[in-house]
Amino acid sequence: MTVIPLGVPRRLLEFTLDGEPVRAPEGSTILDACRAAGKDVPTLCQGDTLAPKNACRVCVVEVEGARTLVPACSRKAEPGMEVRTDTERARHSRKIVLELLASSVDLSTTPRVAEWIKEYEAKPDRFGPHAARLNEEPKIDNELYVRDYDKCILCYKCVDACGDQWQNTFAISVAGRGFDARIAVEHDAPLTDSACVYCGNCIEVCPTGALSFKSEFDMRAAGTWDESAQTETTTVCAYCGVGCNLTLHVQDNDIVKVTSPHDNPVTHGNLCIKGRFGYQHVQNRD
Amino acid sequence: MDLHFGDSKPTDEEKEAVDALLGPPESSWEGADRSDADLRWARGGREARKRRDLLLPGLHAINDRIGWISEGALDYLCRRLTVPPAEAYGVATFYAMFSVEPRPATVLHVCTDLACAAAGAAGLCAGIESRLGLGSGVSVERSPCLGLCERAPAALAIKAGNPVRTAVSAPATVEAAVLAASAPDSADEEPPAAMAVPQAGEPGLTLLSRVGVVDPASLDDYRAYGGYTALRRAFELGPAGVIREVTDSGLVGRGGAAFPTGRKWQATASQPDRPHYVVCNADESEPGTFKDRVIMEGDPFALVEAMTIAAYATGAHKGYLYLRGEYPRALRRLEHAIAQARSRGLLGDDVLGQGYAFDLEIRRGAGAYICGEETALFNSIEGYRGEPRSKPPFPVEKGLFGKPTVENNVETLVNVLPILTMGAPAYAAIGTGRSTGPKLFCVSGSVERPGIYELPFGATLGDLLTLAGVRDRLRAVLLGGAAGGFVRPDELDIPLTFEGTREAGTTLGSGVVMAFDDTVPLPRLLLRIAEFFRDESCGQCVPCRVGTVRQEEALHRIVERTGAAAAGDIALLREVGRAMRDASICGLGQTAWNAVESAIDRLGAYE
Repeated sequence: MTVIPLGVPRRLLEFTLDGEPVRAPEGSTILDACRAAGKDVPTLCQGDTLAPKNACRVCVVEVEGARTLVPACSRKAEPGMEVRTDTERARHSRKIVLELLASSVDLSTTPRVAEWIKEYEAKPDRFGPHAARLNEEPKIDNELYVRDYDKCILCYKCVDACGDQWQNTFAISVAGRGFDARIAVEHDAPLTDSACVYCGNCIEVCPTGALSFKSEFDMRAAGTWDESAQTETTTVCAYCGVGCNLTLHVQDNDIVKVTSPHDNPVTHGNLCIKGRFGYQHVQNRD
Repeated sequence: MDLHFGDSKPTDEEKEAVDALLGPPESSWEGADRSDADLRWARGGREARKRRDLLLPGLHAINDRIGWISEGALDYLCRRLTVPPAEAYGVATFYAMFSVEPRPATVLHVCTDLACAAAGAAGLCAGIESRLGLGSGVSVERSPCLGLCERAPAALAIKAGNPVRTAVSAPATVEAAVLAASAPDSADEEPPAAMAVPQAGEPGLTLLSRVGVVDPASLDDYRAYGGYTALRRAFELGPAGVIREVTDSGLVGRGGAAFPTGRKWQATASQPDRPHYVVCNADESEPGTFKDRVIMEGDPFALVEAMTIAAYATGAHKGYLYLRGEYPRALRRLEHAIAQARSRGLLGDDVLGQGYAFDLEIRRGAGAYICGEETALFNSIEGYRGEPRSKPPFPVEKGLFGKPTVENNVETLVNVLPILTMGAPAYAAIGTGRSTGPKLFCVSGSVERPGIYELPFGATLGDLLTLAGVRDRLRAVLLGGAAGGFVRPDELDIPLTFEGTREAGTTLGSGVVMAFDDTVPLPRLLLRIAEFFRDESCGQCVPCRVGTVRQEEALHRIVERTGAAAAGDIALLREVGRAMRDASICGLGQTAWNAVESAIDRLGAYE
């Protein structure tokens, strides 16, 4: 049970979505309106707890009068706007973006992407066997989490979550430029030499599994990770008095990772190192 | 903000370089020795963070003094400015002219872009590298366009130290470039800016009338040739009157987008949010473009005066001139011009005794084409990575530091001077109905007299090329630079106007006219254009970051193929190009496929 915050009532504005008149509260994005209307627009870099970065461009839609396609996740709906979400033009860009991404990084742990690749008939291997890829080795330099940048689509969510949007630690940023741009800590050092405070909020928002719990990474490597066999139980963290919600992911009677509900009005999915990683004492059976 | 700094310490020299910019540190919180007072107060918070925009100047200070940016130096700069080291590292690694790895104190940038490539840059590079091998104390780097296309091939040597020394060699020979790198102080002086203006001194010039005529270092000379009459007229007209004149003149932006300048000024002036800013985009990095450099080197006071007028019209009291890092001579000339103007009351608290306060500051870029995109430029000045912002909101509403900002490039701004001195109707009578005024063209490549030409809008491409002395066996003309398009030798009757080039399915872009004769291998040229965009993509959005790489790969595959053997890859290029044009965040990704597409469709490059 979570509390739904009641905001100030907002005026409704009217616009056209795929030919149908729709009403959306002032300030909503096109994506909000699409979702309210039950339309499935694919998104990768959009995060429900973060300001949209609109870097991935899979959510592009056509807006009457606009020279280029616009990202649904960040463009605010305006009165009288005519938006089309499923035109040949929008579908073409989505398809190419999915092909470009899937040909350069490993999307095997990205939820829903396989479904979209099929829906948009994307063929990532048509760029040939020599298409440049990231080809990065996973960075394993601590016992809590693994950075597998071969899976990174540069959505900037971890940077935003670590920086001014939530954690205010600013341990990570994007370094380099163009295809060589990479998520990195200062001086590209190991995580243990960085400003990281191991809150794991970057893992919470990572859309591709590039950032993961060491426990999950090890179990995947061993072939024992099985989400279908996991239960999720939301409880209250016992470490301090704030009362953060923890969702324990349990497989075979072991806690395998901890997340936090994004709609919790206190934490919005964020935790500290104790809540996120401090669970071994629960299952210490010595 | 809880900042964490590592153990790396700056050397004395690095610390000195930073302190020379920021002043000595006051407390141990920002790198001074600990004193008793430090136990009772903390320095930081909003006040300290307000200086974030000094990050780029700070990185320059270190790079200029040492030649590269060490961990200790970067951390010290971060402490001084309360910037998280991870973010500063992200900024330092964004720019091509900075290095976070040790390298020799001297870097020789050898241009390998379009005009220089056609003039034999590859051989020049090989010759230089065989002379300046390991241990020579010089790092030779292949560079995108240095903006010296009229003197191709070109090389720029930068020798770190106090002060930093630079030398340009163009047209470069192996010997001259090696001399510039090893002894920049004794290298030959660059020819005067007027050498880039074949029409210099001719009557009838408007924008270029003073280049080669006035002494660019003398404010008195500038005034003797009509300088500061436009600003006086502006004060007579009042801000609204100036905007009316600019609007009536029909002036549109000369940077490539051709947006009506008067409308932009009006939109900024009418914003209730304060302060307002004026930004001059002098980050001219489009391959083949060098007109802004010539104006800044040959007539720097004109730009200072024009920025002052723009500020007065839009209600700004502070201006930034964002100058690309590859223009050391323009930097020196402008620094001098600004200091002169300030000392004579033409900048400062009371401009021309009219009670209007305006001052301006130069900010130096560090090798990033993308920073010419207006919002990327704001991020760069503010001390962030030069990544474009999504629009809306537009700069007139939320620009530099989130405030209403008018941003114009150099050529656009200097057009304001004749508009005010001759009056809008007279100005609008020049050119055509929809493209008014004079226009500068940067002509290079296979012509006898490369350089900047000023013509009224409406002259044809053929007129311009005849003026520049086009050589026989012309194969193609690139209009508008790498983001523009190719046209055929049988299309020289295209009128050089915004509407004329649009009707012909091409663009005027930034005014580049690059001629190529049939000795230039077209597929190689296209490959260089693709390489340029791959190198210069900021990497923020997927269509551009990966699309530019896939484009280059496809062009590599077909570099020696034609017809059916190339058809599959051309189809792939079209599909990727279409998505890049439709879905990229900014103009770089949206235009990265233009030139290649035009070469395929108009020149039959792979038939």
